[in-house]
Amino acid sequence: MGTETEYGIIAPGVADANATVLSTQVVNAYAATLREGLGNLTGTRWDYTDEAPLSDARGWQMGRLAADPSQLTDEAPVLSAEQIALVDQGLSDPSEDATVLMNLVLGNGARLYVDHAHPEYSSPEVTSPLDAVRWDRAGDVVVQRAMQRIASTPGFSPVNLYKNNTDSKSVSYGSHENYLVPRAVPFNRIAAALIPFFVSRQVICGAGRVGIGALNQQPGFQLSQRADFFENEVGLETTVRRPIINTRDEPHAVAEKYRRLHVIIGDANLSEVSNYLKLGTTSLVLSLIEQELVPVPEVADPVRELQAVSHDPSLRHLIRLTDGRQVTAVDLQAIYFEAASKAVATQGSTDPQTADILQRWGTLLDVLRGDPMDGARQVDWIAKLKVLQAYRDRDALDWKDPRLALVDLQYADLRPGKGIYYRLAARGAMERLITDDDVVRAVSEPPRDTRAYFRGHCISRFPKEVVGASWDSIIFELPSQRRLQRIQTREPLRGTAELTEELFAGSRTAEEFVSRLQGGPEPSMAP
Amino acid sequence: MATQDQRNTGSRPQDQEEAEQDPTPPESAGQPQETTQTEGVDDLLDEIDGVLESNAEEFVRGFVQKGGQ
Repeated sequence: MGTETEYGIIAPGVADANATVLSTQVVNAYAATLREGLGNLTGTRWDYTDEAPLSDARGWQMGRLAADPSQLTDEAPVLSAEQIALVDQGLSDPSEDATVLMNLVLGNGARLYVDHAHPEYSSPEVTSPLDAVRWDRAGDVVVQRAMQRIASTPGFSPVNLYKNNTDSKSVSYGSHENYLVPRAVPFNRIAAALIPFFVSRQVICGAGRVGIGALNQQPGFQLSQRADFFENEVGLETTVRRPIINTRDEPHAVAEKYRRLHVIIGDANLSEVSNYLKLGTTSLVLSLIEQELVPVPEVADPVRELQAVSHDPSLRHLIRLTDGRQVTAVDLQAIYFEAASKAVATQGSTDPQTADILQRWGTLLDVLRGDPMDGARQVDWIAKLKVLQAYRDRDALDWKDPRLALVDLQYADLRPGKGIYYRLAARGAMERLITDDDVVRAVSEPPRDTRAYFRGHCISRFPKEVVGASWDSIIFELPSQRRLQRIQTREPLRGTAELTEELFAGSRTAEEFVSRLQGGPEPSMAP
Repeated sequence: MATQDQRNTGSRPQDQEEAEQDPTPPESAGQPQETTQTEGVDDLLDEIDGVLESNAEEFVRGFVQKGGQ
């Protein structure tokens, strides 16, 4: 699994700043920071060969002409010469050829790039929810370092980044999750079981938002940043007509064996517990689907209910099911929780993280049935609402007061001194799962148990020879070879430390490494 | 596309604004502090007051994003 975060971005000192230019500044500022540490260019071309953003999991291709231009994520974005000048000045190393980078593949296996009008960090592939939280937080540190670099570069105004999902005017941008699912599981079964789960899971992982409606038409508070921006149940789009279930079939893996379930409905979480449970409970439900043990409580009108649940912080809203029952979102979650608990108990699983997720999930659902405000140390929307309520009580503010909108925005401000989440965490008011030191390690080190290990180490060890990369390939340019050497990494669970550590340790040069990889006595070591 | 405006000029209104802010949280506005819980909340709001951007309305209005996924 893995996460993708698009950060909100502004330069408060620059009126009408171009968001793509600012995002490019972030990528290049991080590249400059890396160059300082490694003495080498780590900007790496993205290999678009295997991208397929218009493949639909329901079994067809969307026509290129029918697609919204923002869907064409298999083409590199282009800046004008004038825009390049705005980014390049002061950030690139004068000893290198002046190049503006729109994409970086990092030594921790992640990708940092310009996605339309936002800087985006895609975490490396991991195998557990806790690791997903760890490398997701590493992304926050990566962009914090870029922010600091820009702020200290003469000629540049500071750029602020926000880990949120809307400007509360009309625009929303995503934070996505990806899960590897066996291709053999029929997509319509995945969709049917996940729709009610996604309608309800915002009670544990919504990030909270001041204002109601995609255009912020109504004053008030809601659970989710994203709920009001969804219009469909199932579909291919991610930027327009957003669906609860996204059908993009771009596996970045052995396509016959796996699909990558691309989840676009989540909020970006700062709370580690919200994030951990978002990833952990979704994984458990996917495993129930795979084993054909999943309950499917069919919601009569999912899009409308998604929004109704979000608009009711009391958590008492009743969702109508097609069988005539009326249940709360917490009840829906409990249906999945009970099925998962039963399946894990029956199978006698001894995985401690699975047990921890189940224990936390069940406890939190009990808290939410009582007084939801008691979940403030764990859940983003509750932590945010508690601060907002305190302001409302102290200063008699109504929901239209801009100070409340500012608290909402600044909750997600990534400057540690300014971000309200960080202030709460520093006071011990948010439960933490991973230490700061651990996160700093994840900024430079890849996970050991997926192909991200191979990717990250290729880039760290051979930054000059690796000229391109993607999730499922690494491209080497070797002095002795006329042609580029493209190494496929289509199996996400190979290329691990266990399989390749010795190969890295035993190769002094990239030449030696590639030659041992391709013709070595141990073909099983190849990723 | 108008790009000239984005050139960063070296004048940094944001930094100045932050530098002018008192690093210590302002005194609580004489709220009754009946319980420790209220005290904790007052203390928290004081801390947040100390880091909150100074012109809420203008700042929130200025936070405009282009679409994303």
